[in-house]
Amino acid sequence: MLDTTSTLKRTPFYARHLALGAKMVPFAGFEMPIQYEGIVAEHRTVRGGVGVFDVSHMGEIRLRGPGAKAYANRLVTNQVDAIPDGKAVYTPMCLESGGIVDDLLVYATGSDRLLVVNAANFEKDLAWIHSHAPSDVTVVDENEETAQLAVQGPRAEDVVARIYGDRVRDLEFYTFFEEGKGEDWTLVSRTGYTGEDGFEIYVKASRALPTWDRVFEAGAPALIRAIGLGARDTLRLEMGYCLYGNDIDETTNPLEAGLGWTVRLNKDAFIGKESLVEKQRAGLARKLVGLVLDGERIARQGSEVTSQGEPVGTVTSGSMGISIGKPVAMAYARIDNAAEGTKLEVRTRGLETPASVVGRPMYAGGSVRAPKPRRAT
Amino acid sequence: MKVPPDLKYTKEHEWVRVRGQEAEVGITDFAQGELGDVVFVELPAVGQKLTQMKSFGTIDAVKTVSDLFAPVSGEVTAINADLKNNPALINQSPYEKGWMVRVKIQSPDELGKLLSAADYEKALGAHA
Repeated sequence: MLDTTSTLKRTPFYARHLALGAKMVPFAGFEMPIQYEGIVAEHRTVRGGVGVFDVSHMGEIRLRGPGAKAYANRLVTNQVDAIPDGKAVYTPMCLESGGIVDDLLVYATGSDRLLVVNAANFEKDLAWIHSHAPSDVTVVDENEETAQLAVQGPRAEDVVARIYGDRVRDLEFYTFFEEGKGEDWTLVSRTGYTGEDGFEIYVKASRALPTWDRVFEAGAPALIRAIGLGARDTLRLEMGYCLYGNDIDETTNPLEAGLGWTVRLNKDAFIGKESLVEKQRAGLARKLVGLVLDGERIARQGSEVTSQGEPVGTVTSGSMGISIGKPVAMAYARIDNAAEGTKLEVRTRGLETPASVVGRPMYAGGSVRAPKPRRAT
Repeated sequence: MKVPPDLKYTKEHEWVRVRGQEAEVGITDFAQGELGDVVFVELPAVGQKLTQMKSFGTIDAVKTVSDLFAPVSGEVTAINADLKNNPALINQSPYEKGWMVRVKIQSPDELGKLLSAADYEKALGAHA
């Protein structure tokens, strides 16, 4: 067994978290802030103002070399080769079986592709990417050297523009710019995981603390606050965004997870294509749905979903929908119970709570500039 | 973290305030801090009988759910109705406005099994 207490890593912002009185918890091998003032207050800060998350635990892997674009395109289900410089793409990366190895962001930066993966999957992903790499691609581990902050909320644009200038305002959703070289390298992208407008800022670890301080200085007029992983989870859940390890994993595929818009079945060969084409042809047996509960008990991961007592699914994520005012959840539901409006029950601690299948996102009031979902083809 | 000296405690982080024949029950400042924002408390009905160290309800925080354990046996004489609309009282005022139930103490001997404030603080030392 691993001695988790002695092997936990710390991000470059660790001292800032302690100074703000964060409650620190082990998460994906890191000692991370789960909350500062409280999840509910932090959630509302991001919905109504602006908050900043330390997301340096996320893993950065760069593909370099003449074959980088083509290889990236073979690794993931979405289109990431023929995309313009400065574009970011959300995509699953699949096994041959169609099961999901990870979900990630791919940044098109010149002829390179920069992949940003989940912290818990970093070592697995790196090994997977190495093992399939052709000889004209170099796989570079940039995880340790890279720090990342997410600045999220309806007031994020003003804060980030105050630091990086007005070109921040011109960034479309899922685009980015880079500036500086070497230790001064910075990447600013209009992306996030909250349902609000926002940015993710990547810098070298050596520049992490000055960057944090600039963000807080620039955010002072907007009453910026640090936000922990607890609110990150409640924010993403209200949006119906998948969390790897909860809602998606190697036993689930992107089609049933509602990520069909990220799967380009008509593009050139990619890992998992044959399986996904077959699954599409055969039809889905279950689907990841949003649930709003009509009661006060909160559904938790593993809670059983029933239809008039008959088991039809399992909750993968559940929490209080803080901006919705009711408990919300995501669950895999048998396909004949997955249509919006279907009335189901969630069994928590022996008692049934009525629940309705709702579309994702469950929270519709966010300031995010939503991308046009692309239909699976 | 507050541990009022005049209360008695359980290892499971409930507190008891004895007032004559009645015991008022809630969870400690440490417990509310560990749970984080409380969003729902499920309490027994008035008249229900509680058994010492058996679960008498549950408390849902955003991230987790926890059982509530009865510090003493006896009949519930009152529940804190304010918690229904404002469960955050448990976070804001765990020893006062966040009280949960009042119980008619069935056997005063049971109070001897509870921890003093000093003993509870010692038990907390293991967490700190």
